Amino acid sequence: MAKYLLLKHYRGAPAAVNDVPMDQWTPEEISAHIQYMNDFAARLEKTGEFVDGQALAAEGAWVRYDGEGRPPVTDGPFAETKDLIAGWMIIDVDSYERAVELAGELSAAPGAGGKPIHEWLEVRPFLTAPPTIPECSAHG
Amino acid sequence: MDEALLRSLTPSVLTILVRRGADFAAAEDAVQDALIEALRVWPADPPRDAKGWLVTAAWRKFLDQARADSARRRREDLVDEEPAPGPTPDADDTLQLYFLCAHPSLTPSSAVALTLRAVGGLTTRQIAQAYLVPEATMAQRISRAKRTVSGVRFDQPGDVATVLRVLYLVFNEGYSGDIDLSAEAIRLTRQLAGTIDHPEVAGLLALMLLHHARRAGRTAPDGSLVPLAEQDRSRWDTAAIAEGIGILQGALARDRLGEFQAQAAIAALHADAFTAEETDWVQIVEWYDELLRLTDNPVVRLNRAVAVGEADGPRAGLAALAALDDSLPRYSAVAAYLHERDGDPETAARLYAEAARKAPNLAERDYLTRQAARLNADRRGRR
Repeated sequence: MAKYLLLKHYRGAPAAVNDVPMDQWTPEEISAHIQYMNDFAARLEKTGEFVDGQALAAEGAWVRYDGEGRPPVTDGPFAETKDLIAGWMIIDVDSYERAVELAGELSAAPGAGGKPIHEWLEVRPFLTAPPTIPECSAHG
Repeated sequence: MDEALLRSLTPSVLTILVRRGADFAAAEDAVQDALIEALRVWPADPPRDAKGWLVTAAWRKFLDQARADSARRRREDLVDEEPAPGPTPDADDTLQLYFLCAHPSLTPSSAVALTLRAVGGLTTRQIAQAYLVPEATMAQRISRAKRTVSGVRFDQPGDVATVLRVLYLVFNEGYSGDIDLSAEAIRLTRQLAGTIDHPEVAGLLALMLLHHARRAGRTAPDGSLVPLAEQDRSRWDTAAIAEGIGILQGALARDRLGEFQAQAAIAALHADAFTAEETDWVQIVEWYDELLRLTDNPVVRLNRAVAVGEADGPRAGLAALAALDDSLPRYSAVAAYLHERDGDPETAARLYAEAARKAPNLAERDYLTRQAARLNADRRGRR
């Protein structure tokens, strides 16, 4: 019963094994990929492990405070940005091992040639509320 | 409208339906429907016999469902077999329901959800809110759980330890919305303790009461964590502490020590001290040794190192810590604390910052970050 964020990257993750840009796939391969992701989410809904999932646009802007009484500064998108999130899924699972297992399955979505992409997904635990029983006498 | 009364009646009504031959999942749905009807009808027309009313209503709902099913013959058999309404002894049956909801074939999260729904009488929406997941997700979790246990025979005695683990999980989740899961876990454990005479059930109830009693002192008004030594002990609930200690003493007198009793004994020693300095750390170390005999758990060893640090000084604590794996959760936090007390703020600050990066929850991360910042500011000030 811990929530994890599975992050899919447009850019910034280590290279996938089957690393072909999506615009070079066949339309059928794209459909198969999307179908796999939808089926995956539907399956997690059935197991009671699904919390949320969203896709993000490939381009975003940077915004910064520019001082009292001035409008915020916007800039970008920057091509050199190291990290670019493509989307996320939030799962609520019984163990870290289960989170890794599910991320592994998601990474097996088919890509070019109908073969799994083997892309890297980032798995990040959510910070939670403190447990009712403090596990440590010093902080109890 | 007494929602607490309604919910306390849920498990026995459910067991009566199951004993009359209803399948567990269908019975559970019928009881939920009856509860909703009770909430609607009772304010204007309160029943004389609340439980009898619920049994009748739930059984009628169940029959309505059964009639809608295609299994005509089975349904007619059930109607024929319908026993006369009236009071029924339910103590043992309620216990069976606890066992069923904590059945080992269920994952921990399913067991927790099913227990809150079937034994606790909470709605799916309330449980979903408490665990911050969508209602649809929780509904699936519960219906899967019901399917998993639907073939389980209702007359098999289960394992008390499994039930206690589930209740402990509920308690530890704390509270995050309308439903106070800690209070709910206490209510269910209290009910269980009234049903079964078992020293570990009493031990868990005592442990929960003792921790719950200190809850108000554990956080500052802004939500930040207050460590034990700095807590305002006047905010502790002395009545709950007294009750917890009384229950614990009764359990310990039975001379069948278990994990929860030992943990409760440690909590009792903390709760019993008027100030942090007056805490009987020597006895706490002894209880940790007992706990290690019962369960050789690395987290217990880590906590023991903290207690040793208080009983015999930070050097002794660090020596106890040196024997442990430094990848244990909260290892860095404990090491930081002991190094600071040993007069090494530089190492302590570094370890506090490291502990903050690994902290599993927000309140703890903020607390540890502040500790690191405090020590770093002191050192800058001294230069």
